[in-house]
Amino acid sequence: MTAPAPTPPSATRSAGLAFILKKAVISACVALILFSLMIGIRTLPSENGQLTYTTRFGELAAMVAIVFGGSIVVELLRLWWGPVDRVKLAPPPVQAALDIGGRLIAPALLIFALLVPVIFYQQRYILDLGILVLTYVMLGWGLNVVVGLAGLLDLGYVAFYAVGAYSYALLATTFGLGFWECLPLAGLLAACWGVMLGFPVLRLRGDYLAIVTLAFGEIIRLVIINWQNLTGGPNGISGIPRPTFFGIPLVPGPNGLAAKFGIPFSPTHRIVFLFYLILALALLTNWVTIRLRRLPIGRAWEALREDEVACRALGIDTTTTKLTAFATGALFGGFAGAFFATRQGFISPESFTFQESALVLAIVVLGGMGSQLGVALAALAMIGGFELFRGFDQYRMLVFGIVMVLLMIWRPRGLVGHRAPTVFLEHNRAISSDLVKEGHG
Amino acid sequence: MSPDTILSVDHLSMRFGGIVAVNDLSFTAQHKKITALIGPNGAGKTTVFNCITGFYKPSGGSIRLAPPDGGYFRLERLNDFRISKLAKVARTFQNIRLFPGMTALENLMVAQHNALMRASGFTLLGLLGFPTWRAAERDAIERARSWLDRIGLLDRADDAAGNLPYGDQRRLEIARAMCTEPMLLCLDEPAAGLNARESAALNEMLLSIRNDHGTSILLIEHDMSVVMEISDHIVVLDYGVKIADGAPRAIRDDAKVIAAYLGTGDGEEIAAEGVT
Repeated sequence: MTAPAPTPPSATRSAGLAFILKKAVISACVALILFSLMIGIRTLPSENGQLTYTTRFGELAAMVAIVFGGSIVVELLRLWWGPVDRVKLAPPPVQAALDIGGRLIAPALLIFALLVPVIFYQQRYILDLGILVLTYVMLGWGLNVVVGLAGLLDLGYVAFYAVGAYSYALLATTFGLGFWECLPLAGLLAACWGVMLGFPVLRLRGDYLAIVTLAFGEIIRLVIINWQNLTGGPNGISGIPRPTFFGIPLVPGPNGLAAKFGIPFSPTHRIVFLFYLILALALLTNWVTIRLRRLPIGRAWEALREDEVACRALGIDTTTTKLTAFATGALFGGFAGAFFATRQGFISPESFTFQESALVLAIVVLGGMGSQLGVALAALAMIGGFELFRGFDQYRMLVFGIVMVLLMIWRPRGLVGHRAPTVFLEHNRAISSDLVKEGHG
Repeated sequence: MSPDTILSVDHLSMRFGGIVAVNDLSFTAQHKKITALIGPNGAGKTTVFNCITGFYKPSGGSIRLAPPDGGYFRLERLNDFRISKLAKVARTFQNIRLFPGMTALENLMVAQHNALMRASGFTLLGLLGFPTWRAAERDAIERARSWLDRIGLLDRADDAAGNLPYGDQRRLEIARAMCTEPMLLCLDEPAAGLNARESAALNEMLLSIRNDHGTSILLIEHDMSVVMEISDHIVVLDYGVKIADGAPRAIRDDAKVIAAYLGTGDGEEIAAEGVT
C-alpha cells in the first residue's frame, strides 16, 4: 500500500475561450442577482413620508458589464501567467537577494531599535509609537509560545496582560512596592492564571479551545469591572507609580536622576527610559523563548503541535507540557502588563478588551510558523503600519484590511514561511511551511 | 509467570458498545524474543496493541509487564504516557506518526524527552546553560546520530521527516521508538508498504535490535516473509479470539490458522497481503 504520488495540479493553460466565456457569464449572472436589489432599485422617502423607489438600470448594467469584463481579464491573466506559485511571483535572483536580506534583517532591526531614542530624541511621537510597537512585539513573542510553538489557539491572551497590569497597579498602590519588586510578582501571578486557564482546557482542541480561552479573557475583564472594592471597577486605578531607575526616580528636583547625573531635567528622559525598559523586557522574552526552543520542553511543545498522539507514545506528559506553554506565555503577558501599567500611570478595563487579544493573535499569525523574527516584523507592520495609514482618514481600516488580505494570499502561513530546526548535525536547513502543522488546539 | 516472560496478557477483553473487539485473550511474550501477532483484517490486533500501550482502557483482564530486573507493571492501570515513561514500552503506528515538520534528528531528540528533561533540571539548568546539561545534550545528539547511522539516514539528518521517502519514514519511526530505550518495542505493521529489499533490511534491523539491545519485540504484521523469518513465537487472532499460539513452523501447518486465512472465503485477502 504505497502512498499514491500526488497528481500534478492541472494547468489552466488548456482552458479554452468557451471556458472563459462560460465563467464570465456565470459571474455576470451572479452579479446581476446580487446587485439587482442593491443597485438596481433605490428606495426613497417621498414628500408625504411614504417609501417610493426609483430604478437605476443603467448603473446595474454597468456593474454587470464590469464583472463580465473583469472575469475575462482575470481568466486571461491566469492563462498568461500559469499556475501562481512562489517562483512566478519572485524570480530566483530576487529570492536569493531576499534570503540574504532575511539573514541580515534581525541584527539590523535590533541595532535600529537600540538607536531609535538617539535618532528620534526630539520626536516624542516616534518614541511613543516605538514603545507601543515594542509592547506588542513582547506580547506577540509571549503568545507565540502558546500559539506558534505549542499550537494551542488562545483567544484570551489579554487576560494575562490584564492580570499583570492590575497586579502591579494594586501591589504598588496598596503596599507601596516598587516597579522592580512588582515585575516578577506580576509575571508569576499571570503565570498562575495561565495554569488555571490551562487545567479546564487540557482536553479541548481546536475551535472548542479557542472558545473557552475567549470566554476566559472576557471573565477576567468582567470580574475587573464588577469587583469595585478591589479594582475600582470601570473607573480603573490611577496614580500608579512610575518606574524608577533602580531606585532613583525620574523627576525634576534634587532627588531626580537628572540632578544626580548633573544634567538638565527633561521629560523625554522618562520616555527614553521606558523605551529601553520595554526593549530589554522584549529581548528577555526573545532570549528565553529561543533558549526554551532548544531545550526538551520547547521541542516537546513543537512535537505537541505536530502530533499529540505520537507525543504520548513517546512518554511525554502532554498535560504538563501544555500547562507550561500556557504558563510561559502568560508570564510574559504579565510582564508586559506590568510595564503597561507603569507607563500609563492609569489602567481601566477598557484597555483589556477582546480587540487586544485579536490584535496580538493577528500579529502571531501574520508573523508565521512560530518565528520570532516574523512576530517582530508583524508587530511593526500591524502597529506601525496602522499609524502609517493615518493619512487615509476614514479609509484607513479599509486600506489596512486590503493589505492584510493581500499579505495572507501572498504568504498564507505568515511573513516567515519556514521553520528553523532547533538542532542540526551538518546543515541548518529551513523546513518548508507545507510540512509544519498548525496544531489542533 | 516464568522469569523469561516480559509481557503477559491475561483474559484481556475490549468491548466498544456491543462490539467485542477482543475476547478473553491470553498470551505471553518472552524476554529478548520477537513475538508476532497475526490474523486476518479486523481480527483485533491493533486493539490489543492499543490496550498494551495505553491508548485504550481494556474492558477486562490484565496486562503485566515484568522487566528482567524484577518487579512488574500493571499496564492496564497506567495512563498512556506513563506506559512509555515508566514501564518502557515504545510503539510505532500503522499509519506513520512522525513529527513531519521537524527534522529527522529533532524527531529522535524529542524521543529522549524524559531523560533530557531530567538532565536539564526540568528546564532550569538548561536555561542557564549548565555544563551538565550541555554534556547530556551532546550525548543525546550522539545517540540520535548513531541511530541515524544505523538506519542509513545520517546524510538526511537535517531534512524534515515529512520529506523522507516512505520506507525511510518507517525506519525513522522505529529508531525514534528505540531512542526511548524501551524494554518492549511494539511495532504495528512495520513492513507495510515496503518493497522486498526494504523488508529484508527491516528483518535485519529487528533482529539486531533483539540481539544487540536486548529489547523484546511485539509486532503486528501481514507480510508473512517478515513474520515467518524473524518471529520466535506467533500468536494468531481471529475475530478477537486467539486461535493458535506457537513457533512459526507449527503455525504454518495449523489447521485453524489455514482455515481462518483460506477456508472462510478470505482467499483474496491472503493473496493481497502476501505481496505487500
